[in-house]
Amino acid sequence: MQKFEASTANADDVLARAAQWRSSGRKVALATVVKTWGSSPRPAGSQLATDDAGNMIGSVSGGCIEGAVVSEARQVMEHGKPKLLRYGVTNERAWEVGLACGGSVEVFVERLD
Amino acid sequence: MRRQVLDAILLARAATRALALVTNVVDGAQALVSLDEVSGDLPLSTETLATVRRALIEDNSGRLSDSLFVQCFSPPLRMVLVGAVHIAQALAPMASLTGFVVTIVDPRGTFATSGRFPGVALDQRWPDEALAALAPDRRTAVVTLTHDPKLDDPALVAALRTDCFYIGSLGSKRTHATRRERLLAAGFDERAFARIHGPIGLSIDAESPAEIAVAILAEIIKVRHAPASALQGVA
Repeated sequence: MQKFEASTANADDVLARAAQWRSSGRKVALATVVKTWGSSPRPAGSQLATDDAGNMIGSVSGGCIEGAVVSEARQVMEHGKPKLLRYGVTNERAWEVGLACGGSVEVFVERLD
Repeated sequence: MRRQVLDAILLARAATRALALVTNVVDGAQALVSLDEVSGDLPLSTETLATVRRALIEDNSGRLSDSLFVQCFSPPLRMVLVGAVHIAQALAPMASLTGFVVTIVDPRGTFATSGRFPGVALDQRWPDEALAALAPDRRTAVVTLTHDPKLDDPALVAALRTDCFYIGSLGSKRTHATRRERLLAAGFDERAFARIHGPIGLSIDAESPAEIAVAILAEIIKVRHAPASALQGVA
């Protein structure tokens, strides 16, 4: 059951889970899609929560940028300063973080205090 | 995000109250806005507040300006299925995955059992009574699946009197034509009858109950995301 969690999570689950993690004493960060251009896979308002134990729930793309967002989120949960990230189209170079779909997204990352 | 902001959002969701979160994406300051209250450490002008409330009513999350983002937390979409039939057994879990809270209405006790519908809300009242109690609104889809006018018609009559965003009724073109005659005889006009999607579902040559459920759900999603049709025609 656990491994399907991210793909079926609605906003409810993400925030409820973030609250749970925080209550159990973990550091938690929330990432929210706050702007999209072109054919980005998740609409504004889509959310992902992650904690300092490496758990993740929800999504902000089709899996293209989650890794990068989670690593930024680790820093945000340490220093507490929110961050606005922007990801655009990937070009031909391999391993670059971006969206193969040709869209762009802006993601706001904040710590849950 | 402050913990009390998150808790307020979770509380509003549990009470199915609509709530908007406004975030300054530069410094992280936030305000919570409902239709009658405002709180938080982000001051909002009267004008901005009005824009946020409009977004909240339309369930429209997005950027208000370079620095302000509004996220709407709306009560869940609802789907009322009339007829605890085979198609409903497939449609209920699919609808739930796509964010609908499902209620199945069927007064026939052998059909509406928790064994056939684990974890789904079952209402064994007659459709007209059940629909009156469930009070479909702009975020509700009503689907009749019984084929039986005794059960389908009272549900359709009740649904047509609400502003639910989708009404669909299972049945062939011929069934739908006789349904039209009955509803016109009952006093509805063509415009009202045209709100009923029939034959139900997108045309994908569906055959099995699960495939028909996919076609129905696809049509509901399509209607839901077409802003003009979502607002159309309260009878």
